[in-house]
Amino acid sequence: MLKTWRTRIMVFLAVLGPGFITANVDNDAGGIYTYSQAGARWGYLSLWTLIPITIALILVQEMCSRMGAVTGKGLSDLIREEFGLRVTFTVMTLLVLVNLTNVMANFAGIASSLELFHISRYFSVPLASVAIWFLIVKGNYKSAEKIFLFACILYVAYIISGILVKPDWTQAAIYSFKPTVMLDRDYIEMLIGLVGTTIAPWMQFYLQAAVVEKGITAKEYIQSRVEVIFGCIVTDVVAFFIIVACAGAIWSNGPRDIESAAEAAKGLLPFGQYAYLLFSAGLLNASVFAACILPLSTAYSVCEGLGFESGVDKSFAEAPIFYWLYTLLIVIGAAVVLIPGFPLVRMILFSQVINGVLLPIVLIFMILLANNQRIMQEWVNSRFYNLASWITVVVMIGLSLALAGISIRSL
Amino acid sequence: MAESVLFFTELLGLPVLDVKGRRMGRLRDAALVPLVHPARIDRFLVGGGWAWLSIRYDQVASISLDGIRLKDEVLTPYHSDEYMLRIGRDLLDQQIIDINGRKVVRVNDVTFEVRSAGGNGNGNGANGHDHNCLWILEVDVGVRSIFRRLVQGALPPRWIRRLQRPIPPNSIRWEFCNIVEPDPQRRLRLNISHEKLERIHPADLADIVEELGQAERGAIFESLDSEVAAEALSEVDPKMQASILESMEPEKAADIVEEMSPDEAADVLSEMEESTSEDILEEMEVAPESEVRELLEFEEDTAGGMMNTEYITLHEGATVEDAITALRGNEDQLENLNSLFLVDSEGRLTGAVPLARLFVASGATPLRQLASETLISATVTDHQDDVTELFDKYNLLALPVVDEEKRIAGVITADDIISVLRQK
Repeated sequence: MLKTWRTRIMVFLAVLGPGFITANVDNDAGGIYTYSQAGARWGYLSLWTLIPITIALILVQEMCSRMGAVTGKGLSDLIREEFGLRVTFTVMTLLVLVNLTNVMANFAGIASSLELFHISRYFSVPLASVAIWFLIVKGNYKSAEKIFLFACILYVAYIISGILVKPDWTQAAIYSFKPTVMLDRDYIEMLIGLVGTTIAPWMQFYLQAAVVEKGITAKEYIQSRVEVIFGCIVTDVVAFFIIVACAGAIWSNGPRDIESAAEAAKGLLPFGQYAYLLFSAGLLNASVFAACILPLSTAYSVCEGLGFESGVDKSFAEAPIFYWLYTLLIVIGAAVVLIPGFPLVRMILFSQVINGVLLPIVLIFMILLANNQRIMQEWVNSRFYNLASWITVVVMIGLSLALAGISIRSL
Repeated sequence: MAESVLFFTELLGLPVLDVKGRRMGRLRDAALVPLVHPARIDRFLVGGGWAWLSIRYDQVASISLDGIRLKDEVLTPYHSDEYMLRIGRDLLDQQIIDINGRKVVRVNDVTFEVRSAGGNGNGNGANGHDHNCLWILEVDVGVRSIFRRLVQGALPPRWIRRLQRPIPPNSIRWEFCNIVEPDPQRRLRLNISHEKLERIHPADLADIVEELGQAERGAIFESLDSEVAAEALSEVDPKMQASILESMEPEKAADIVEEMSPDEAADVLSEMEESTSEDILEEMEVAPESEVRELLEFEEDTAGGMMNTEYITLHEGATVEDAITALRGNEDQLENLNSLFLVDSEGRLTGAVPLARLFVASGATPLRQLASETLISATVTDHQDDVTELFDKYNLLALPVVDEEKRIAGVITADDIISVLRQK
């Protein structure tokens, strides 16, 4: 008995990685800003969305890791094989655009979090981009994954800072289960933002590729499923504490809009040096983490889908397009942060529009693929699963389009 | 104007004209029937009205960018395609193996050569029916073919040809393409063999296989010769080895496992679930099975789990002459052998003779005189870290492993150590 438990835990730890990492990267600089803004402006009101968001996230991520485990192929591979080159090319172009702006947002996160520690962005951003480039190109996946798993643990910083702020826990508990809908444009915009930032297209590509890379097979998939669910829950627990911290620190002293995640960190200052430091360190960690994974994941997805050589184990001459794409994403993403007066906020709004177009397409492809008997054999979606995931998709499409619409208006 | 080459993207959608030059419909796909001919397009599928029609290659008069002209009216409806490899459906956008480049590539487009052939294949044939047919020349990968696919239909084909000129082409000759088909029945019908893959070095083959999907991987190993499959499989990532064998029929898996060295076989089997590995063991021949079973008893990270049982022992009183005779009887082990082991009458290890010393000694020399000065050995229960340390400290190539009674149980060779270190 003891032995079977021990093996079970061992197997779980062995597959720990892809799902857990993906779900955590999801709380990147953009995500943290969205959660902080929700807490600072609306207090505890938005907490109820976290449970449905978690369920939707689990549904979507589970499909991806299942497809990866069963087929041994990446999502872009499957899209290419089933839907042809033109569709793949369009999806990949949109993905590169969305991810490029995401990379920018995360380098901006690195810059502003380090500025809280009085380090100039003209020093921090070039240094970080070079370090990230080398970690991935010169390191190997195993060591990188260990670093990433460690980065996941650092998200605890948010949980502690949330506790340090001493928010109103009774209110937080009540609003976690009490749906509150107001016909207020800003409020709805915020809700859409919360959902949109949590379920992003690139995550699906990254997760599936990571499951394949790790060599998880259909048989081990059960453990992998547990891991995906665990990762999604942890992600939203972190989100909960960010919202609660900002609600307790900023909203309770007068609701207001904040301009960046760094501003949220400053808002925590009255509650002690530690809350402030932890929040800023958390932002730095999340930004570096996402800036590592996003360019890599993009380069992989594009090259797989379009049939170019890819992989950090290949040389530059063998996989030129892979390396160029990866390098350009980092260079451009880092460079724009250093250009004074670059319209970063507009770029991010623009990226949310493309995101709104891309996400429904990717989700629909995923459901079609996960229902394809030839590809998935006995692991196709069950009827209940399909119902649940179609509902998720329809809601997501509605919300994404609404967000895209709002973003276009404010462009 | 007749073209000498045509791309599949151009072929697709070409108008098909009947004997009187009336338009019948557009070309939807083209298919090889590999059992009939490996490179000549055998069927053209045309869509017109309700159903698709199937055109045999010898019913075509001419093929050019302006259209396909037929010389025969009697067309059959398209229904069964069991024996057809349809270019658009089965080849385009799929992964194939480039034998020369030793890598997996994705097909963007296919280049055909337009050939003229008489009825009997000798120019203007006896019956005078001159006609065009298409031969697959190359499979296109890379940027040029992506460009062609993207603008296909948006610009006239001749413009596209001119525009693509500055982009360097990237194609693989059809002879060097290997299609991967997971379904064994279809593989038979489409005459797909993986013989060409057997020419690739096992280590390269392992890299190729790692890039494919689960089903394709299993398919390749199933159709390879067991010996080649075993060599390639030992080069594949250990976790993947198990999943590949699990996906196969136990009988075929057993054939491959038999060809592997016993220690590698034991490593793979220990990665699997017990019921599956048991099925495979039962299918194996008695001799290799019992060797592997013995090895399976040991924990993976001990000397017992690392060792293999391919070694040669001689009685401590034996001479060089006896050693040569023993080697002659074990030719299959010679490739990886670098020491002989001496045992007493109880089977206890008493010495190790480096193989090279045999060459400079006369036939009557007792082996005991040639043995290394210090006898270094490990016990089956020693941890792998200690074993690695021994190799490092004494610069070993091979290390004998003994059981509790000092009887020889197996030998660990330097390549086992390298695998252990690589996995860390």
